[in-house]
Amino acid sequence: MILVCPTTALPPGEAIRVEADEPIAVFNVDGEFYAIDDTCTHQDASLADGWLDGCAVECPLHASCFDLRTGKVSGPPAKTPVRTHRVVVADGMVYVRPGVAAEGAA
Amino acid sequence: MSPTIAVVGASLAGLSAARALRDQSYDGRIVVIGDEVHAPYDRPPLSKDFLAGRASSDDIALGAPDDEDLHLEWRLGTTAVGLDHLSRSVLLEDGSEVRADGVVLATGARARRLPGSDGLDGVHVLRSLDDAIVLREDLALAERLVVIGAGFIGAEVASTARTLGLDVTVVETQPVPLAGPLGTDMGAVCAGLHADHGTRLLVGTGVAGLVGTGRVEAVELTDGTRLPADVVVVGIGATPNVEWLAHSGVALGNGVLTDVRGATNVPGVVAVGDCAATWSVAAERHVRTEHWTSALEQPATAAATLLGTGGPVPTPVPYFWSDQYGARIQFAGSRREGDVARVVEGSCADRSFLVVYERDGHPVAVLGMDQPRLFTRWRRQLRSVVPTPS
Repeated sequence: MILVCPTTALPPGEAIRVEADEPIAVFNVDGEFYAIDDTCTHQDASLADGWLDGCAVECPLHASCFDLRTGKVSGPPAKTPVRTHRVVVADGMVYVRPGVAAEGAA
Repeated sequence: MSPTIAVVGASLAGLSAARALRDQSYDGRIVVIGDEVHAPYDRPPLSKDFLAGRASSDDIALGAPDDEDLHLEWRLGTTAVGLDHLSRSVLLEDGSEVRADGVVLATGARARRLPGSDGLDGVHVLRSLDDAIVLREDLALAERLVVIGAGFIGAEVASTARTLGLDVTVVETQPVPLAGPLGTDMGAVCAGLHADHGTRLLVGTGVAGLVGTGRVEAVELTDGTRLPADVVVVGIGATPNVEWLAHSGVALGNGVLTDVRGATNVPGVVAVGDCAATWSVAAERHVRTEHWTSALEQPATAAATLLGTGGPVPTPVPYFWSDQYGARIQFAGSRREGDVARVVEGSCADRSFLVVYERDGHPVAVLGMDQPRLFTRWRRQLRSVVPTPS
Protein backbone atom coordinates (compact mmCIF):
# COMPACT_ATOMS: atom_id res chain seq x y z
CA MET A 1 0.00 0.00 0.00
CA ILE A 2 1.29 3.45 -0.85
CA LEU A 3 0.65 6.50 1.29
CA VAL A 4 -0.60 9.24 -1.00
CA CYS A 5 -1.28 12.22 1.25
CA PRO A 6 -3.60 13.47 3.99
CA THR A 7 -7.19 13.82 2.75
CA THR A 8 -6.94 17.54 3.45
CA ALA A 9 -4.09 17.84 0.94
CA LEU A 10 -6.32 16.59 -1.90
CA PRO A 11 -9.46 18.75 -1.96
CA PRO A 12 -12.44 18.06 -4.26
CA GLY A 13 -11.66 18.65 -7.92
CA GLU A 14 -7.95 18.07 -7.41
CA ALA A 15 -5.62 15.30 -8.52
CA ILE A 16 -2.19 14.15 -7.48
CA ARG A 17 0.40 11.99 -9.22
CA VAL A 18 1.94 9.20 -7.19
CA GLU A 19 5.16 7.46 -8.13
CA ALA A 20 4.83 3.68 -8.28
CA ASP A 21 6.15 1.04 -10.70
CA GLU A 22 3.74 2.70 -13.10
CA PRO A 23 2.74 6.19 -11.93
CA ILE A 24 -0.78 6.47 -10.51
CA ALA A 25 -3.14 9.46 -10.53
CA VAL A 26 -5.42 9.90 -7.51
CA PHE A 27 -8.51 12.12 -7.80
CA ASN A 28 -10.97 13.61 -5.36
CA VAL A 29 -14.46 13.84 -6.88
CA ASP A 30 -16.71 15.56 -4.34
CA GLY A 31 -15.14 13.64 -1.47
CA GLU A 32 -14.86 10.28 -3.26
CA PHE A 33 -11.31 9.21 -4.10
CA TYR A 34 -10.37 7.37 -7.29
CA ALA A 35 -7.04 6.06 -8.56
CA ILE A 36 -6.11 5.13 -12.13
CA ASP A 37 -2.91 4.77 -14.12
CA ASP A 38 -1.48 8.24 -14.55
CA THR A 39 -0.19 7.77 -18.09
CA CYS A 40 -2.71 8.22 -20.90
CA THR A 41 -2.92 5.12 -23.11
CA HIS A 42 -2.98 7.28 -26.24
CA GLN A 43 0.26 9.20 -25.86
CA ASP A 44 2.60 10.01 -23.03
CA ALA A 45 0.77 12.50 -20.82
CA SER A 46 -0.07 12.70 -17.13
CA LEU A 47 -3.78 12.29 -16.44
CA ALA A 48 -3.27 13.96 -13.05
CA ASP A 49 -2.75 17.12 -15.11
CA GLY A 50 -6.05 16.56 -16.88
CA TRP A 51 -9.46 18.16 -16.76
CA LEU A 52 -11.75 16.59 -14.17
CA ASP A 53 -15.40 16.64 -15.17
CA GLY A 54 -17.64 14.59 -12.88
CA CYS A 55 -16.27 11.05 -12.79
CA ALA A 56 -14.31 11.51 -16.01
CA VAL A 57 -10.85 12.87 -16.58
CA GLU A 58 -9.86 14.40 -19.89
CA CYS A 59 -6.22 13.99 -20.93
CA PRO A 60 -4.48 17.38 -20.91
CA LEU A 61 -2.99 16.83 -24.36
CA HIS A 62 -5.36 15.21 -26.80
CA ALA A 63 -8.65 15.18 -24.90
CA SER A 64 -9.05 11.41 -24.48
CA CYS A 65 -11.54 10.77 -21.66
CA PHE A 66 -11.46 8.01 -19.06
CA ASP A 67 -14.06 6.97 -16.49
CA LEU A 68 -12.37 7.16 -13.10
CA ARG A 69 -14.62 4.41 -11.69
CA THR A 70 -13.87 1.79 -14.34
CA GLY A 71 -10.83 3.04 -16.24
CA LYS A 72 -12.81 2.69 -19.46
CA VAL A 73 -12.36 5.07 -22.37
CA SER A 74 -15.26 7.50 -22.52
CA GLY A 75 -13.89 9.67 -25.32
CA PRO A 76 -11.41 9.27 -28.22
CA PRO A 77 -8.68 9.19 -29.43
CA ALA A 78 -7.62 6.65 -26.77
CA LYS A 79 -8.93 3.13 -27.30
CA THR A 80 -7.28 1.21 -24.47
CA PRO A 81 -8.59 1.56 -20.90
CA VAL A 82 -6.38 2.51 -17.97
CA ARG A 83 -6.14 0.29 -14.90
CA THR A 84 -7.94 1.32 -11.73
CA HIS A 85 -6.35 0.97 -8.30
CA ARG A 86 -8.05 0.54 -4.98
CA VAL A 87 -8.09 3.58 -2.70
CA VAL A 88 -8.18 3.22 1.05
CA VAL A 89 -8.94 6.16 3.31
CA ALA A 90 -7.97 5.64 6.95
CA ASP A 91 -7.32 8.03 9.79
CA GLY A 92 -7.40 11.05 7.51
CA MET A 93 -4.88 9.56 5.10
CA VAL A 94 -5.32 8.47 1.47
CA TYR A 95 -3.62 5.23 0.41
CA VAL A 96 -3.65 3.25 -2.84
CA ARG A 97 -3.11 -0.45 -3.45
CA PRO A 98 -1.32 -0.54 -6.82
CA GLY A 99 -2.49 -3.30 -9.11
CA VAL A 100 -5.61 -4.06 -7.06
CA ALA A 101 -8.60 -2.95 -9.12
CA ALA A 102 -11.07 -0.57 -7.56
CA GLU A 103 -14.22 -2.16 -6.23
CA GLY A 104 -16.91 -2.21 -8.86
CA ALA A 105 -14.42 -1.71 -11.69
CA ALA A 106 -14.47 -4.31 -14.43
CA MET B 1 -40.57 0.77 -40.43
CA SER B 2 -37.96 2.13 -38.05
CA PRO B 3 -36.74 5.64 -38.71
CA THR B 4 -33.45 6.28 -40.50
CA ILE B 5 -30.80 8.87 -39.82
CA ALA B 6 -28.15 9.39 -42.48
CA VAL B 7 -24.77 10.65 -41.31
CA VAL B 8 -22.86 12.04 -44.27
CA GLY B 9 -19.17 11.98 -43.41
CA ALA B 10 -17.28 9.21 -41.64
CA SER B 11 -14.53 11.01 -39.79
CA LEU B 12 -14.46 12.20 -36.17
CA ALA B 13 -17.58 14.39 -36.47
CA GLY B 14 -19.62 11.73 -38.25
CA LEU B 15 -18.59 8.93 -35.90
CA SER B 16 -19.20 11.18 -32.90
CA ALA B 17 -22.66 11.98 -34.24
CA ALA B 18 -23.51 8.28 -34.58
CA ARG B 19 -22.24 7.63 -31.05
CA ALA B 20 -24.16 10.62 -29.70
CA LEU B 21 -27.41 9.47 -31.31
CA ARG B 22 -27.10 6.05 -29.64
CA ASP B 23 -26.01 7.67 -26.40
CA GLN B 24 -29.23 9.70 -26.52
CA SER B 25 -31.28 6.52 -26.91
CA TYR B 26 -32.04 6.73 -30.63
CA ASP B 27 -32.62 3.11 -31.66
CA GLY B 28 -33.55 3.55 -35.32
CA ARG B 29 -31.36 2.88 -38.32
CA ILE B 30 -28.11 4.87 -38.74
CA VAL B 31 -26.41 4.90 -42.14
CA VAL B 32 -22.92 6.40 -42.20
CA ILE B 33 -21.72 7.52 -45.62
CA GLY B 34 -18.04 8.28 -46.18
CA ASP B 35 -16.15 9.12 -49.37
CA GLU B 36 -12.93 7.54 -48.12
CA VAL B 37 -12.61 3.75 -48.16
CA HIS B 38 -11.10 3.79 -44.67
CA ALA B 39 -13.03 3.33 -41.45
CA PRO B 40 -12.90 6.46 -39.25
CA TYR B 41 -9.39 7.40 -38.19
CA ASP B 42 -7.76 10.16 -36.20
CA ARG B 43 -6.30 12.91 -38.39
CA PRO B 44 -3.97 14.80 -36.01
CA PRO B 45 -1.29 12.04 -36.04
CA LEU B 46 -1.11 12.17 -39.85
CA SER B 47 1.34 15.10 -39.70
CA LYS B 48 3.19 13.72 -36.68
CA ASP B 49 3.60 10.12 -35.49
CA PHE B 50 2.03 8.53 -38.56
CA LEU B 51 4.15 10.60 -40.92
CA ALA B 52 7.25 9.79 -38.88
CA GLY B 53 6.48 6.07 -39.08
CA ARG B 54 5.93 5.79 -35.34
CA ALA B 55 2.21 5.02 -35.63
CA SER B 56 0.41 2.61 -37.97
CA SER B 57 -3.02 2.97 -39.52
CA ASP B 58 -4.29 0.55 -36.86
CA ASP B 59 -2.89 2.83 -34.16
CA ILE B 60 -4.83 5.82 -35.44
CA ALA B 61 -8.15 4.03 -36.05
CA LEU B 62 -10.95 5.78 -34.13
CA GLY B 63 -13.20 2.76 -33.88
CA ALA B 64 -13.49 1.19 -30.44
CA PRO B 65 -14.54 -2.41 -29.67
CA ASP B 66 -17.83 -1.14 -28.22
CA ASP B 67 -18.72 0.48 -31.54
CA GLU B 68 -20.21 -2.82 -32.78
CA ASP B 69 -23.03 -2.17 -30.34
CA LEU B 70 -23.86 0.99 -32.28
CA HIS B 71 -25.21 -1.16 -35.15
CA LEU B 72 -24.19 1.28 -37.86
CA GLU B 73 -24.65 0.65 -41.56
CA TRP B 74 -21.49 1.78 -43.27
CA ARG B 75 -21.35 3.08 -46.85
CA LEU B 76 -17.63 3.74 -47.13
CA GLY B 77 -15.88 4.65 -50.37
CA THR B 78 -19.14 6.33 -51.44
CA THR B 79 -19.42 10.03 -52.17
CA ALA B 80 -22.66 11.87 -51.50
CA VAL B 81 -23.51 14.07 -54.47
CA GLY B 82 -26.77 15.67 -53.47
CA LEU B 83 -29.49 16.11 -50.89
CA ASP B 84 -33.19 16.30 -51.69
CA HIS B 85 -34.54 18.41 -48.87
CA LEU B 86 -38.17 17.51 -49.52
CA SER B 87 -37.73 13.76 -49.21
CA ARG B 88 -34.56 14.13 -47.13
CA SER B 89 -32.80 11.71 -49.45
CA VAL B 90 -29.05 11.63 -49.74
CA LEU B 91 -28.06 10.97 -53.33
CA LEU B 92 -24.94 8.89 -53.84
CA GLU B 93 -22.49 8.89 -56.72
CA ASP B 94 -23.47 5.36 -57.74
CA GLY B 95 -26.98 6.60 -58.46
CA SER B 96 -28.56 5.11 -55.35
CA GLU B 97 -30.06 7.13 -52.54
CA VAL B 98 -30.54 6.86 -48.81
CA ARG B 99 -33.97 8.04 -47.69
CA ALA B 100 -33.76 9.41 -44.19
CA ASP B 101 -35.88 11.03 -41.52
CA GLY B 102 -32.90 12.98 -40.27
CA VAL B 103 -29.58 13.94 -41.82
CA VAL B 104 -26.29 14.87 -40.16
CA LEU B 105 -23.96 16.78 -42.46
CA ALA B 106 -20.36 16.02 -41.46
CA THR B 107 -18.48 16.13 -44.74
CA GLY B 108 -15.51 18.03 -43.35
CA ALA B 109 -13.11 20.10 -45.37
CA ARG B 110 -10.42 19.47 -47.95
CA ALA B 111 -6.93 20.87 -48.25
CA ARG B 112 -6.52 23.85 -50.54
CA ARG B 113 -4.15 23.20 -53.41
CA LEU B 114 -1.70 25.51 -55.05
CA PRO B 115 -3.03 26.65 -58.43
CA GLY B 116 -0.97 25.11 -61.21
CA SER B 117 0.41 22.27 -59.10
CA ASP B 118 -1.79 19.56 -60.58
CA GLY B 119 0.00 16.67 -62.20
CA LEU B 120 3.41 17.52 -60.78
CA ASP B 121 4.92 14.64 -58.81
CA GLY B 122 6.39 15.41 -55.43
CA VAL B 123 3.77 18.07 -54.59
CA HIS B 124 1.54 17.12 -51.69
CA VAL B 125 -1.26 18.28 -49.47
CA LEU B 126 -1.96 16.53 -46.17
CA ARG B 127 -5.49 15.90 -45.08
CA SER B 128 -6.32 12.22 -45.48
CA LEU B 129 -4.71 8.91 -44.60
CA ASP B 130 -3.99 8.32 -48.29
CA ASP B 131 -2.30 11.74 -48.49
CA ALA B 132 -0.11 10.80 -45.53
CA ILE B 133 0.83 7.40 -46.95
CA VAL B 134 2.12 8.83 -50.25
CA LEU B 135 3.82 11.75 -48.52
CA ARG B 136 5.57 9.38 -46.11
CA GLU B 137 6.83 7.30 -49.02
CA ASP B 138 8.04 10.39 -50.84
CA LEU B 139 9.80 11.86 -47.79
CA ALA B 140 11.72 8.61 -47.28
CA LEU B 141 13.52 9.18 -50.58
CA ALA B 142 13.91 12.97 -50.30
CA GLU B 143 16.62 15.24 -48.99
CA ARG B 144 15.08 18.69 -49.41
CA LEU B 145 11.56 19.61 -48.37
CA VAL B 146 9.88 22.95 -48.98
CA VAL B 147 6.70 23.59 -47.00
CA ILE B 148 4.39 26.29 -48.34
CA GLY B 149 2.45 27.82 -45.46
CA ALA B 150 3.66 28.11 -41.85
CA GLY B 151 0.34 27.29 -40.21
CA PHE B 152 -0.06 24.35 -37.85
CA ILE B 153 -0.06 21.66 -40.54
CA GLY B 154 2.96 23.16 -42.25
CA ALA B 155 4.85 23.53 -38.99
CA GLU B 156 4.07 19.97 -37.92
CA VAL B 157 5.16 18.51 -41.26
CA ALA B 158 8.36 20.57 -41.09
CA SER B 159 8.98 19.31 -37.57
CA THR B 160 8.43 15.67 -38.54
CA ALA B 161 10.63 16.02 -41.63
CA ARG B 162 13.47 17.37 -39.49
CA THR B 163 13.28 14.28 -37.28
CA LEU B 164 13.58 12.23 -40.50
CA GLY B 165 16.78 14.12 -41.31
CA LEU B 166 15.53 16.29 -44.18
CA ASP B 167 16.70 19.76 -45.01
CA VAL B 168 13.55 21.86 -44.53
CA THR B 169 12.50 25.33 -45.64
CA VAL B 170 9.11 26.82 -44.73
CA VAL B 171 7.70 29.68 -46.82
CA GLU B 172 4.99 31.98 -45.45
CA THR B 173 3.31 34.90 -47.21
CA GLN B 174 2.42 36.66 -43.96
CA PRO B 175 5.12 38.60 -42.09
CA VAL B 176 4.42 36.57 -38.93
CA PRO B 177 3.17 32.96 -38.96
CA LEU B 178 0.12 32.07 -36.86
CA ALA B 179 -0.62 35.76 -36.23
CA GLY B 180 -4.31 35.09 -36.92
CA PRO B 181 -4.93 32.63 -34.09
CA LEU B 182 -2.16 33.67 -31.70
CA GLY B 183 -1.42 37.35 -32.41
CA THR B 184 1.84 38.63 -33.82
CA ASP B 185 3.92 38.44 -30.63
CA MET B 186 3.04 34.88 -29.74
CA GLY B 187 2.94 33.80 -33.38
CA ALA B 188 6.54 34.93 -33.64
CA VAL B 189 7.47 33.04 -30.47
CA CYS B 190 5.93 29.80 -31.72
CA ALA B 191 7.50 30.26 -35.15
CA GLY B 192 10.84 30.55 -33.36
CA LEU B 193 10.71 26.78 -32.89
CA HIS B 194 11.64 26.41 -36.57
CA ALA B 195 14.99 28.13 -36.20
CA ASP B 196 15.63 26.35 -32.89
CA HIS B 197 15.51 23.07 -34.76
CA GLY B 198 17.33 23.94 -37.94
CA THR B 199 14.37 24.69 -40.20
CA ARG B 200 14.68 27.77 -42.41
CA LEU B 201 11.63 30.02 -42.20
CA LEU B 202 11.07 32.62 -44.92
CA VAL B 203 8.28 35.07 -44.15
CA GLY B 204 6.57 37.81 -46.14
CA THR B 205 7.34 35.79 -49.24
CA GLY B 206 4.86 34.70 -51.85
CA VAL B 207 5.20 31.70 -54.10
CA ALA B 208 5.40 32.57 -57.81
CA GLY B 209 5.22 28.97 -58.98
CA LEU B 210 6.61 25.50 -58.98
CA VAL B 211 9.51 24.53 -61.24
CA GLY B 212 9.84 21.12 -62.85
CA THR B 213 8.48 18.90 -65.57
CA GLY B 214 6.90 15.67 -64.45
CA ARG B 215 8.39 16.08 -61.00
CA VAL B 216 8.89 19.19 -58.91
CA GLU B 217 12.47 20.49 -58.77
CA ALA B 218 12.15 23.84 -57.05
CA VAL B 219 9.79 26.43 -55.63
CA GLU B 220 10.11 29.87 -57.17
CA LEU B 221 9.34 32.79 -54.90
CA THR B 222 7.92 36.16 -55.90
CA ASP B 223 11.30 37.77 -55.23
CA GLY B 224 12.87 35.46 -57.82
CA THR B 225 14.54 33.10 -55.34
CA ARG B 226 14.50 29.45 -56.33
CA LEU B 227 14.37 26.93 -53.50
CA PRO B 228 15.46 23.48 -54.69
CA ALA B 229 13.01 20.84 -53.51
CA ASP B 230 12.60 17.08 -53.82
CA VAL B 231 9.24 17.28 -52.10
CA VAL B 232 6.82 20.19 -51.62
CA VAL B 233 4.03 20.20 -49.07
CA VAL B 234 1.29 22.79 -49.50
CA GLY B 235 -0.38 23.75 -46.22
CA ILE B 236 -2.49 26.78 -47.04
CA GLY B 237 -5.74 25.98 -45.33
CA ALA B 238 -8.88 24.03 -46.07
CA THR B 239 -12.16 24.50 -47.90
CA PRO B 240 -15.43 23.08 -46.52
CA ASN B 241 -16.92 20.23 -48.53
CA VAL B 242 -20.33 21.76 -49.21
CA GLU B 243 -20.53 22.07 -53.01
CA TRP B 244 -22.61 18.90 -53.14
CA LEU B 245 -25.32 20.79 -51.25
CA ALA B 246 -25.52 23.63 -53.78
CA HIS B 247 -29.05 22.78 -54.96
CA SER B 248 -30.29 21.22 -51.74
CA GLY B 249 -31.95 24.27 -50.24
CA VAL B 250 -29.55 24.13 -47.29
CA ALA B 251 -28.22 27.61 -46.59
CA LEU B 252 -24.50 27.89 -47.23
CA GLY B 253 -21.87 30.49 -46.45
CA ASN B 254 -18.34 29.62 -45.48
CA GLY B 255 -19.72 26.17 -44.72
CA VAL B 256 -23.19 24.93 -43.84
CA LEU B 257 -24.89 27.67 -41.81
CA THR B 258 -26.37 26.46 -38.54
CA ASP B 259 -27.75 27.94 -35.34
CA VAL B 260 -26.05 27.39 -31.98
CA ARG B 261 -27.59 23.92 -31.75
CA GLY B 262 -26.37 22.75 -35.14
CA ALA B 263 -29.73 23.12 -36.91
CA THR B 264 -29.66 24.20 -40.55
CA ASN B 265 -32.50 26.09 -42.22
CA VAL B 266 -33.90 22.73 -43.39
CA PRO B 267 -35.90 20.85 -40.75
CA GLY B 268 -34.37 17.49 -39.87
CA VAL B 269 -30.94 18.44 -41.19
CA VAL B 270 -28.06 19.35 -38.87
CA ALA B 271 -24.38 20.03 -39.54
CA VAL B 272 -21.28 19.44 -37.43
CA GLY B 273 -17.51 19.59 -37.62
CA ASP B 274 -15.30 21.25 -40.22
CA CYS B 275 -18.10 21.69 -42.78
CA ALA B 276 -20.35 23.60 -40.37
CA ALA B 277 -20.39 27.36 -39.81
CA THR B 278 -22.13 27.50 -36.46
CA TRP B 279 -23.69 30.62 -34.98
CA SER B 280 -21.49 31.92 -32.19
CA VAL B 281 -23.21 33.94 -29.50
CA ALA B 282 -19.88 35.41 -28.38
CA ALA B 283 -18.73 36.41 -31.87
CA GLU B 284 -22.24 37.33 -33.09
CA ARG B 285 -21.62 35.65 -36.43
CA HIS B 286 -21.32 32.20 -37.97
CA VAL B 287 -17.95 30.67 -37.17
CA ARG B 288 -16.49 27.64 -38.91
CA THR B 289 -13.90 25.98 -36.69
CA GLU B 290 -11.60 23.21 -37.84
CA HIS B 291 -10.70 22.11 -34.33
CA TRP B 292 -10.63 18.43 -33.45
CA THR B 293 -12.47 19.17 -30.21
CA SER B 294 -15.31 20.92 -32.06
CA ALA B 295 -15.80 17.85 -34.25
CA LEU B 296 -15.98 15.83 -31.04
CA GLU B 297 -18.28 18.11 -29.05
CA GLN B 298 -20.73 19.58 -31.57
CA PRO B 299 -22.36 16.24 -32.47
CA ALA B 300 -23.87 15.74 -28.99
CA THR B 301 -25.74 19.04 -29.33
CA ALA B 302 -26.70 18.39 -32.96
CA ALA B 303 -27.95 14.89 -32.12
CA ALA B 304 -30.22 16.35 -29.42
CA THR B 305 -31.45 18.90 -31.96
CA LEU B 306 -32.25 16.17 -34.46
CA LEU B 307 -34.03 14.07 -31.85
CA GLY B 308 -35.93 17.10 -30.59
CA THR B 309 -34.68 16.75 -27.03
CA GLY B 310 -33.07 20.18 -26.83
CA GLY B 311 -30.96 20.70 -23.77
CA PRO B 312 -28.98 23.74 -22.75
CA VAL B 313 -27.34 25.92 -25.36
CA PRO B 314 -23.67 24.98 -25.39
CA THR B 315 -21.08 27.61 -24.59
CA PRO B 316 -17.98 26.03 -25.98
CA VAL B 317 -14.51 27.34 -25.35
CA PRO B 318 -12.63 26.66 -28.58
CA TYR B 319 -9.57 24.50 -27.92
CA PHE B 320 -6.80 23.20 -30.12
CA TRP B 321 -3.28 21.91 -29.78
CA SER B 322 -0.24 21.38 -31.93
CA ASP B 323 2.81 19.21 -31.31
CA GLN B 324 5.93 20.59 -32.96
CA TYR B 325 9.60 19.83 -32.43
CA GLY B 326 8.78 18.09 -29.16
CA ALA B 327 6.96 21.19 -27.86
CA ARG B 328 3.29 20.97 -26.91
CA ILE B 329 1.36 24.05 -27.89
CA GLN B 330 -2.19 24.41 -26.55
CA PHE B 331 -4.66 27.23 -27.08
CA ALA B 332 -8.15 27.81 -25.71
CA GLY B 333 -10.57 30.68 -25.97
CA SER B 334 -11.20 33.38 -28.54
CA ARG B 335 -8.54 35.99 -29.24
CA ARG B 336 -9.01 39.09 -31.33
CA GLU B 337 -6.96 42.13 -32.28
CA GLY B 338 -6.29 44.38 -29.34
CA ASP B 339 -6.27 41.66 -26.70
CA VAL B 340 -3.23 41.92 -24.46
CA ALA B 341 -1.00 38.86 -24.12
CA ARG B 342 0.58 38.51 -20.68
CA VAL B 343 3.09 35.84 -19.67
CA VAL B 344 1.92 34.41 -16.33
CA GLU B 345 4.33 31.47 -16.08
CA GLY B 346 7.71 30.53 -17.54
CA SER B 347 9.29 32.48 -20.35
CA CYS B 348 9.08 32.62 -24.10
CA ALA B 349 12.86 32.34 -24.38
CA ASP B 350 12.78 29.01 -22.52
CA ARG B 351 9.99 27.73 -24.80
CA SER B 352 7.96 26.84 -21.73
CA PHE B 353 5.32 29.35 -20.80
CA LEU B 354 1.72 30.16 -20.19
CA VAL B 355 0.27 33.29 -21.75
CA VAL B 356 -3.13 34.73 -20.90
CA TYR B 357 -4.88 37.03 -23.37
CA GLU B 358 -6.88 39.76 -21.68
CA ARG B 359 -9.61 42.07 -22.93
CA ASP B 360 -10.65 44.92 -20.66
CA GLY B 361 -8.71 43.23 -17.90
CA HIS B 362 -10.55 39.89 -18.24
CA PRO B 363 -9.02 36.64 -19.52
CA VAL B 364 -10.46 35.60 -22.90
CA ALA B 365 -7.90 33.10 -24.15
CA VAL B 366 -4.89 31.15 -23.00
CA LEU B 367 -1.83 29.78 -24.78
CA GLY B 368 0.56 27.26 -23.31
CA MET B 369 3.80 25.75 -24.46
CA ASP B 370 4.82 22.66 -22.49
CA GLN B 371 2.58 23.70 -19.58
CA PRO B 372 -0.26 21.13 -19.75
CA ARG B 373 -1.26 21.23 -16.09
CA LEU B 374 -1.42 24.99 -15.78
CA PHE B 375 -3.02 25.28 -19.20
CA THR B 376 -5.81 22.92 -18.20
CA ARG B 377 -6.53 25.00 -15.09
CA TRP B 378 -6.82 28.15 -17.19
CA ARG B 379 -8.92 26.42 -19.78
CA ARG B 380 -11.34 25.34 -17.08
CA GLN B 381 -11.41 28.87 -15.69
CA LEU B 382 -12.19 30.26 -19.16
CA ARG B 383 -15.13 27.89 -19.45
CA SER B 384 -16.54 29.30 -16.24
CA VAL B 385 -16.25 32.91 -17.43
CA VAL B 386 -17.69 32.45 -20.92
CA PRO B 387 -20.85 34.54 -21.05
CA THR B 388 -24.00 32.47 -21.02
CA PRO B 389 -26.45 33.50 -23.73
CA SER B 390 -29.70 34.88 -22.43
